[in-house]
Amino acid sequence: MAFEIPRTTYSGKIREVTAGKGESALTVGGETAFPFYLFEGQMPHLPRLAMEVYDSPPSDWPEAAVEPFKDVINDPVNWAKKCVKEYGAEMICLQLTSTDPNGENRPADKAAEIVKKVADAVSVPLIVWGTANHDKDVEVLSAAAEMCRDRNFILGPVEEGDHKQIGAAAKEFNHIIAAATPIDINLAKQLNILLGNLGVPDDKLIIDPTVSGIGYGIEYCYSAMERMRIAALTQQDTKLQFPIIANIAREAWKTKEARISEKENPKMGEAKRRGILLEAMSATLLLMAGADILVMRHPDALRLVKELIKDLAG
Amino acid sequence: MALTGIEIYKLLPKTNCGDCGVPTCLAFAMALAAGKTELDKCPHLSEEVRTKLAEASAPPILPVVIGAGDNALKIGGETVMFRHEKRFENPPGITILVTDKMSDAEVKDRLKKINELPYERVGLTLHADLVAVKSETGDTAKFTALANKVKAGTKANIILMSEKVETLAAGVKACAERKPLLYAATKDNFEAIVKLTKESGCPLAVKAKSVEELAVLTEKLGAAGIKNIVLDSGARNVKQALQDQLIIRSAALNKKYRPLGYPTIVFPCEMTKDPMKEAIIAAMFVAKYAGIIVLSDLNGESLFPLLVARLNIYTDPQRPMTTKQGIYEINNPNENSPLMVTSNFSLTYSIVSSEIESSKVPCYLFVKDTEGLSVVTSWAAGKFNSESIGSAILKSGITDKIKHHKLIIPGYIADERDAIAEEMPGWEIIVGPKDAADITPFLKAFKP
Ligand code: B12
Ligand code: SF4
Repeated sequence: MAFEIPRTTYSGKIREVTAGKGESALTVGGETAFPFYLFEGQMPHLPRLAMEVYDSPPSDWPEAAVEPFKDVINDPVNWAKKCVKEYGAEMICLQLTSTDPNGENRPADKAAEIVKKVADAVSVPLIVWGTANHDKDVEVLSAAAEMCRDRNFILGPVEEGDHKQIGAAAKEFNHIIAAATPIDINLAKQLNILLGNLGVPDDKLIIDPTVSGIGYGIEYCYSAMERMRIAALTQQDTKLQFPIIANIAREAWKTKEARISEKENPKMGEAKRRGILLEAMSATLLLMAGADILVMRHPDALRLVKELIKDLAG
Repeated sequence: MALTGIEIYKLLPKTNCGDCGVPTCLAFAMALAAGKTELDKCPHLSEEVRTKLAEASAPPILPVVIGAGDNALKIGGETVMFRHEKRFENPPGITILVTDKMSDAEVKDRLKKINELPYERVGLTLHADLVAVKSETGDTAKFTALANKVKAGTKANIILMSEKVETLAAGVKACAERKPLLYAATKDNFEAIVKLTKESGCPLAVKAKSVEELAVLTEKLGAAGIKNIVLDSGARNVKQALQDQLIIRSAALNKKYRPLGYPTIVFPCEMTKDPMKEAIIAAMFVAKYAGIIVLSDLNGESLFPLLVARLNIYTDPQRPMTTKQGIYEINNPNENSPLMVTSNFSLTYSIVSSEIESSKVPCYLFVKDTEGLSVVTSWAAGKFNSESIGSAILKSGITDKIKHHKLIIPGYIADERDAIAEEMPGWEIIVGPKDAADITPFLKAFKP
C-alpha cells in the first residue's frame, strides 16, 4: 500500500480580527486547519502572547510571579511598558481588579483614566478586562470604551448578563468584544448569535471559552475549544468561526501547586520553575486546542511559549 | 482496511449453526464488525479466512505492551483523533534517559528519581514509566553493565537503545525477563534485528528518516510476522516531529492505513538543550499523540505538571472522576469534632481532605454525590443545593456519631446557608472559607 498523506477536508475558515490601531495593529485568526496541522492548511497569523498588567498591586501572587515586576507593581503604566520593552509582550491585558465592588471598588471614570494612560504609553494592542461583575463591568468597560474611542481594544469578559450594554458601547466606540461563556460550545455559540443580532460585526468578536489550568479542569476547556474548532472548520458553523482568547495565567498561578515551596514538599521541585511550567504547559495545551491569544504572566513562561510557536511555525 | 458486516458475512460458512453463541452467521458478522464479539467464537473458519478477518478486525492502532507482569506498560490502542469523541486510552510512557557515558553516580541519581518521584493525586499514583538505556560509546560490555544496573536499580520498564544489533543482543540478554523495547530497527540493520526480535519476543521500535520510509519498514516487519512495533519517524525538529505525529495518527485512524497503525515514540530530549523547553514540548506530545516520550532527565518541577497534564488529557470526558458519597473520618474524629460538607468530584474531595488532614484537626467530612461536579459547578447546575444537601446529611447516620448539630459549608455556597438551615431544623449552618487553602486557620479557630 503506497503511502499518501491523509488530508481532512475543511469547509470553513476562522475569521481574521485586527486589534489595535495603525502601525501597532495585530491580526489574529485566519486559520484554515486545526491548530498547527500545517500539512493540511494555513495559520496566516500565529497565536499572539499578551501579558497581564494589574491596575492595583496583586496581593495573592506567589513570590516567583511578583519578582519580575517588583519595581513596577504599583504602577500599571510602567508595568505595561516593561512588559513590552523588556519581556516582549505582543499585547497588554489590563486587568481592572481595582474596580471590584467587593474590593477596592474604584469608580469607572478613574479606571478609564488608567486605561487611557496605559494605552498611551505602549505601542501594542490593549485587552481591557473587568471583574465579571455585570453592573460594574458595564460602567467600567463603557467608560473605557468611550474615553479611548476608536482605539480598537479587546473588551472582556462580555457575558450574557451584560452583553447588550457592553456590546452597544463597543459598537459605538469601535472596540472588539471578548464573548465569555463557561466552557460550553452551545453557550458560546448562543452568545455570539446574540451579539451578532445586536449588530456587533463579525470582525469585532473573539471567543473567551473560560479556561482553567493543569490539574484544575484544563481537559474540559481543551475539549470545548477543540469542538469549537471542529464545528467552525468542518461543519460550516459560522457562529463559531472566531479567534479564541485564553486568560490562562491567573488560573495557573492561583493554584496551590504553584505556591508550595520546595521545602514543604521536596518532590515537587523548585517552586519558581514549577510555577513557570504550570503556566507555560497549560498555555501549550491550549495552543494545541486552538487558542489565538494567550494571556500570560511570567516573562519566562512567555519566552518559552513564544519560542515553541516559532519552532512550530518553522 | 476495516470490513463491513456484510463483507464479513460473505466470508463466513453461512451454516447458521449457532456455535458462536448467536443464532446466525449474519448476526455474528454484524457483532464482529461492531467489535462486540471475537473472531475465535466461530470454530468453523478456514485458516485463510481467519487470517483475513483477524487483520480486518484488528484495532486501527495496535496496542503494544512493554515489559512483563503487573508493571508492564500498555501503549497505543487509540481509536480517536479528539478526546471528546471517545477517550484517549493508554497514556504515553514518560521516560528518563541514562547512557553508558554517564558516571555511576549520575546513573544512580536518575534511577533514584524514577523510583522516588511518584505523586498521589485524586486517589491515583502518578509516576514516570520507563528508563531508556542508551549506548553512546558503542562498547557492548559497558552497555551490558548499564542494563544490569538499571535492571537491579528499578522496576520501571526498559528501552534498550543502540545502533548495533550485537550490542542490543547483549543488552537483551541482561534483562530479557523484563521484555524491554528494542530501539531501533532501521533499513540498515533489518535482517539482524528481525532475528533478535523474534528470538527475544521483545517489542521493537523502528526508526526511519520520514513517515514514508517508516511505512515501508513496518510493512516489511509485518510480512516477517512482527506486530509489536513502535514508530519513530526520525524527526528531531519540533515542527516536523509534530507534523509526523498528526500525519501518523490521521493515516491510521482516518485512512485505516495499517503500516502506520502503531504507537509512536518521540524524543524531546533531542529537540532542545533547555530543560524547561523540553518539558513544554513533552506536554505538547501528551496532547498530540505520542506513545512514549523520552526526556533527558526528571525533576519534580517539570515532572509533576507533566504527569498531571497527562492525567487530565487522558481522563474519560464522559465520566468525571468521582468519590463515593458518604462520611469520611479524617484525623480520628470524635463526637465533638466538626462536620464539613463537600462535593464528590475527585479533585474537590482530594483537595479538601488533604487540607483537613494537614490541619491535624479531627473532622468528619461528608461527601455529597454531585455527579462528579465540583462545588461551584454543581451549585451553578442546581445539584448542590439546600434540599439535596440537607436530606443527604440527615439520612447519612452522622447524628449517631456526633453530639453537636453544626455543619460547615463551602464558602462559595454561602448563599445557600439559610435554605439549608430550613431543611435541617435545629442545625446551625456555618459558612467556611471559599478556598480550601484557608481551611487550616479556619479549623484552628473553630469551636464546635
Ligand atoms: C471545569 C469546569 C466545568 C466542567 C465541570 C467540571 C467538574 N467536574 O466539576 C464543565 C465543563 C462540565 C462545567 C459545566 C458547567 N459550569 Co463550570 N466550571 C469549571 C471551572 C473551569 C473549574 C471548576 C473546578 O473544577 N474547580 C476546582 C474545584 C476543586 O473547585 P471546588 O469544587 O469549588 O472546590 C474548591 C472550593 O469550593 C473549596 N471547597 C470545596 N469543598 C469545600 C468544603 C468546605 C467545607 C470548604 C470550607 C471549602 C470547600 O475548596 C476547593 C479548592 O479551593 C470553573 C471556573 C474556574 N476556573 O474555577 C467553572 C464554573 C464553576 N462553571 C460555571 C458554570 C455556570 C457552569 C455551567 C452551569 C454552565 C452551563 N450553563 O452549562 C455548567 C454546569 C454543569 C452541568 N450543567 O451539569 C461557573 C459558575 C458560576 C457561578 N458562580 O455560579 C464557573 C465559575 C465559570 C464561570 N466563571 O462562569 N464547568
Ligand atoms: S459459529 Fe460460525 S458458522 Fe456457526 S453460526 Fe456462528 S458464525 Fe456461523
